[in-house]
Amino acid sequence: MKFRFAFLLAGLVLAATQLALTQTVVLGLPKTIEAGSAFSIQSTGAGKAVLYIVGSGQVLRRDVQLGETTFFAPGDLHNAGRYIAVLVGASSTENGEFDVTAARQPAALSFLAKPSRLPVDLHDGISGVAYVFDTYRNLVLAPTQVSFQLSNINGAVQTRTVLTHNGVTWTKMDSAAKEGAARFVASAGNATSTRVIQQVPGDPCHLRMSAQPSGQRLAVVTEPVRDCSGNAVPDGTIVTFTETYKGGEATVDVPLKRGVARTEMPAYNGAKLSVATGVVVGNEIYWGNVR
Amino acid sequence: MSNGRILAIVIVSVTVALIVVGTLWPIPAAVAMASSGSDLLRPSTSPQAAVANLADEIGRLAWEKAYSSLANNNEFTELDFVHDLTGSYPSLRAYATLDSFDQQPLHASADEAQIQLKLHWSTVVGSFLDTRTLRVVKTGDRWAVAWPVVKEPRVPPQVIPVNYLRWDVIYRGPEDDWAAQDVEAPHVRIVDMHPVERGDGVIIMGELLNEDVVPAYVTVKATLLAQNGSAIATEDSFDKISHILLPKQVTPFLIAFHNVSLSDVANIHMEPSASLIAASADPVIEIEDQHLNPAPGASLSGNLLNQSGQVVNVAHVLETFYDKTGQLVWVSDQFVDRALLPQTPVSFTIPIPADIAAKVASERAISATYSSGRFQ
Repeated sequence: MKFRFAFLLAGLVLAATQLALTQTVVLGLPKTIEAGSAFSIQSTGAGKAVLYIVGSGQVLRRDVQLGETTFFAPGDLHNAGRYIAVLVGASSTENGEFDVTAARQPAALSFLAKPSRLPVDLHDGISGVAYVFDTYRNLVLAPTQVSFQLSNINGAVQTRTVLTHNGVTWTKMDSAAKEGAARFVASAGNATSTRVIQQVPGDPCHLRMSAQPSGQRLAVVTEPVRDCSGNAVPDGTIVTFTETYKGGEATVDVPLKRGVARTEMPAYNGAKLSVATGVVVGNEIYWGNVR
Repeated sequence: MSNGRILAIVIVSVTVALIVVGTLWPIPAAVAMASSGSDLLRPSTSPQAAVANLADEIGRLAWEKAYSSLANNNEFTELDFVHDLTGSYPSLRAYATLDSFDQQPLHASADEAQIQLKLHWSTVVGSFLDTRTLRVVKTGDRWAVAWPVVKEPRVPPQVIPVNYLRWDVIYRGPEDDWAAQDVEAPHVRIVDMHPVERGDGVIIMGELLNEDVVPAYVTVKATLLAQNGSAIATEDSFDKISHILLPKQVTPFLIAFHNVSLSDVANIHMEPSASLIAASADPVIEIEDQHLNPAPGASLSGNLLNQSGQVVNVAHVLETFYDKTGQLVWVSDQFVDRALLPQTPVSFTIPIPADIAAKVASERAISATYSSGRFQ
């Protein structure tokens, strides 16, 4: 594709140079055009010619009458970038360059929010990066105001407004103290993009269990397991009960169900029961009258 | 012409001689292949021969022949005998093949003997040993084995209520914007890691924690780096890890590098990886009666108790051993060859190297399970 473009350009320039020796025409080009907008190109001279407009990903060809204005409809040129215009007449050529810039009005946002899941109460734990695009998905390079808003389930809202630099901007937000899904919205002009951030409980805090006889065994159960902010640790979290007794040990990994972990262990007089989850250790119970 | 005739006579003679030798003194493989049964080849004229014949028949899965040869087959059915050896439910035993066997006479009299039979079974995850002490009795001029059948317990019909806990995952689709975030991979962390030189190589042991609130499928890869930063070798934990980690669960891992010296290693690059996986929080397995058995033959033995209502076909026990200071000194594992029935203990034994056993002060066990037909 690149080679084809280079050949085309070289051919056109060569033709233009040869023809320029014989006759001169003038091409009136705008300096910049907003992507997707209508524009016109004025030429001088007389007779028929062919106008080529070559840019990244787009080539236009128009048969023109020299001395008249050639009009281009809205949307004819929609990719931002540098364009070359070459007017090839019967005995002369003219060429020039102009820029197509992204529309100033943001039409779309690409919004990266990371992470999509994080523990509660984390300072600057959530990052949002927004890229601003126009209707034709050109990156809007002009500084544009982007507003970030993180709304938590309890109604607390964090807002930041920042300008884009070279089409991109970013911010950082804190996760809330209360678990739940938060809506993270980035908006620029009429364009908005929403992401959902799952704020999950942190490590369990104050893990405690109790034990009581259950037939020939011991029924052990934790108190409702919560993190340090008071959020219930989600069901499925593994709690490990360990019982050590003279010459032996019993272990069981139990998932939390309805907020608590419960299981049955062998009942040995003098046994030590301990409970842990992840790297958090809970209380110990000495069963029987030997400690 | 006469040379050719001599050659033909020599070939025929050698062939006949080999057939006679092979028939009179067959190798074990030939015995196993012989469809006519081993009784014809090795009469049960001694306790050892009777036990060897029985083991051969078990190896050939000739259950009817093996059962009919037993001295006490009036005490149980052929199905009981088969289930004793292969299990009533699909398990590693059900798909195991008898690799070899050996026997050791313990006691013998004129009409009764006691022999220890060791059956070496091979499975896709390694081999396991089934040791039986057999009583062999003489009836007439033949010896027959009285099989000590162990009937698998049956779970009485009942309903076991389970609050079924499961995680399902919806991933991003192809039509989503490139910036649309996918579900976050679980956050895992190596909480302990020790490289040691052992035998002919380097072993890296450690523990991995799923610190997230979602289940994770985990692996750990390690790369040994030389002084100049070049990679010496890369290995992963393969099956020396519990691959599915529920939230806040910890698994040990062990990575072995062969033919590498620790003195050549300047750095180790650890690569834990985790991906979201749909998983179930059940079944719950209690590991009870764990006992450290000292050397010689140091091991850790215990029982697995399936507290849930579903049959676990394959269970994998991973044991982490610590010294007095709480430092990790060894990681060992064992696949359990029998299915775990609800509320029914199944024993396991994990061997420990003798030099390690002397250092062990405490241990921590976890189990990973597989149930056929269960979505996980």
